[in-house]
Amino acid sequence: MGRVVLVTGASRHLGGLMVRALARDPGVARVIGVDVVPPHRPLPGAEFIRADIRNPVIGKVLRSADVDTVVHMGVIATPMQAGGRTAMKEINVIGTMQLLAACQKAPSVTRVIVKSSSSVYGAGPRDPALFTEDMSPQHPPTSGWAKDSVEVEGYVRGFARRRPDVSVAILRLANVIGPRVETAMTEYFTLPVVPTVLGYDARLQFVHEDDAISALHRATSSGISGVFNIAGEGIIALSQAVRRTGRPSVPVPGALLGIVGRGIAPTRLVDFSREQVRFLTYGRGIDTSRATRDLGFTARRSTAVAFDEFLGGYDLSPALAESVISGVTSAARMLTTRGGSRA
Amino acid sequence: MPDARVIPLDPEGHQPTATPSPRSTFWDFVRRRIMGNYVVDDFGFDADLTEHLLLPPLRPLFERWFRVEVRGIDRVPSEGGALIVANHSGTIAVDSVMTQMALFDHHPAHRHLRMLGADLVFDTPFVGEVARKAGHTLACMPDAQRLLSRGEVVGVWPEGFKGIGKPFSERYKLQRFGRGGFVSAALRARVPIIPTAIVGAEEIYPMIGNISPLARLLGLPYVPVTPTFPWLGPLGLIPLPSRWIIEFGEPVHTEDLVGDIDDPMAVLELTDAVRERIQQSLYRLLVQRESTF
Repeated sequence: MGRVVLVTGASRHLGGLMVRALARDPGVARVIGVDVVPPHRPLPGAEFIRADIRNPVIGKVLRSADVDTVVHMGVIATPMQAGGRTAMKEINVIGTMQLLAACQKAPSVTRVIVKSSSSVYGAGPRDPALFTEDMSPQHPPTSGWAKDSVEVEGYVRGFARRRPDVSVAILRLANVIGPRVETAMTEYFTLPVVPTVLGYDARLQFVHEDDAISALHRATSSGISGVFNIAGEGIIALSQAVRRTGRPSVPVPGALLGIVGRGIAPTRLVDFSREQVRFLTYGRGIDTSRATRDLGFTARRSTAVAFDEFLGGYDLSPALAESVISGVTSAARMLTTRGGSRA
Repeated sequence: MPDARVIPLDPEGHQPTATPSPRSTFWDFVRRRIMGNYVVDDFGFDADLTEHLLLPPLRPLFERWFRVEVRGIDRVPSEGGALIVANHSGTIAVDSVMTQMALFDHHPAHRHLRMLGADLVFDTPFVGEVARKAGHTLACMPDAQRLLSRGEVVGVWPEGFKGIGKPFSERYKLQRFGRGGFVSAALRARVPIIPTAIVGAEEIYPMIGNISPLARLLGLPYVPVTPTFPWLGPLGLIPLPSRWIIEFGEPVHTEDLVGDIDDPMAVLELTDAVRERIQQSLYRLLVQRESTF
């Protein structure tokens, strides 16, 4: 008998990818996508229920469909997507509480997978180069999505204690990037001028959207419990990333980044909250060896490759810079050659 | 260039140059930087930038200004991890940078020294950025172990600010060595500890005073007063041209001491032994150095 999987946040890009991946999985009998808004793209082979996870109706869905696996991807990263920070916090925190309360009462549920974020580690000067899952943050996040993710993980741990028969996996994803996904980071790198923090160069780590889905899929089918860091191999410096986009960057003092950023992009979902500014100042790295060892998952694309695929998808490249530098290089080579042959 | 370009160049054809000229290497470097085509490791170490931009301007300082004599470089292994423990002095941490230079230029394997620094370094704009790019990271146990287990040469200056910020009258007197965290790291990673003595750094900025109220105000460990700073303004930042010796000492092998990791007494004893070795080497080298300048 195949499994019955419920996916929250199914109408957004990653949720949709996850639903489609599960629908293709022969081990899965039914996939039920849940979200408050209808999906932008069709979800072939899956069912969609327009429901709010903050509403107890979700419990009925779990019971009536005999759901055994819940994949919670309904945590929203930017206020713009939710219609304000208050609504975002409500969806993230209250939504998770309701969902887990419903799971707790549903005996059919045997497996819960939660998409979390590496932002729970915070960002700051006293951070180790790479965080392992057991390390506690040196600079715990105090606001925004990161804080929500910390609270969500807290509720998930509480749920795991109350339902020890359920296997619970939390996946802390590095910033998801790729040719199609839209996040605060993809918006940031597509700004006409990219504001960076003066005097700092953050270490960034990305995971390709398809790798993120593979990791979640893997966790769904393996039934293993625990917390896992998920990221592409290696890191890329913020300055290096901006250079690869070919966009000009303007370094501004960290305290002014928010003002400058919002001035450049007043309507976009790019994030310049305090927490995000800290991240763009210090960056963060996570150690993925536990996922490799216990989950059997390694991202196929490194951080740098994932970033380059994002550039490809958004048609960004340092083309102008490249033509200028090739011109200068060949001119310089010619001069060097003349000088050399005369010598 | 007497031995350059023995092959006649064909301007039409695309002959691959066997040995790129220094200038084309330079343009390749510029190209890589503009395109973002280089690799940065997990700690933020940018080898490309370090080798081509950060170290070259320091080379004249190393060779001509301080005339650094490097001894015992063959005691640093060519492969695998090692922990270099050295004395710290000189008001500004020039000694650590010169040690990095010594290891890169004088070691046959051109090894990069990965230093462990105070969190103040990584919270200071520009300084922290350059430190990370030059291969250094926060002095914390996870990073020390990660670097050592990856087979890197790690450098620690256990005296910290007590060492570089000590008055000139206490020159070449080793300060306290902390809790011996570096010894535990080396024991866990089973890498040799190489006690290293640096002579000469004490005299570059002789610290004769400390404006401590200003230091407290700025949140700095000290604000130095030297014979030239702040009296001569920016000129006071020119270090005195003292004569340097960096001696990499006989390694302390730790393979047989793994059992001592959880014994704080043994760790502290080993810490003291390393400190004592460096102190003895300093006294010996000071006698051997004929003149300070």
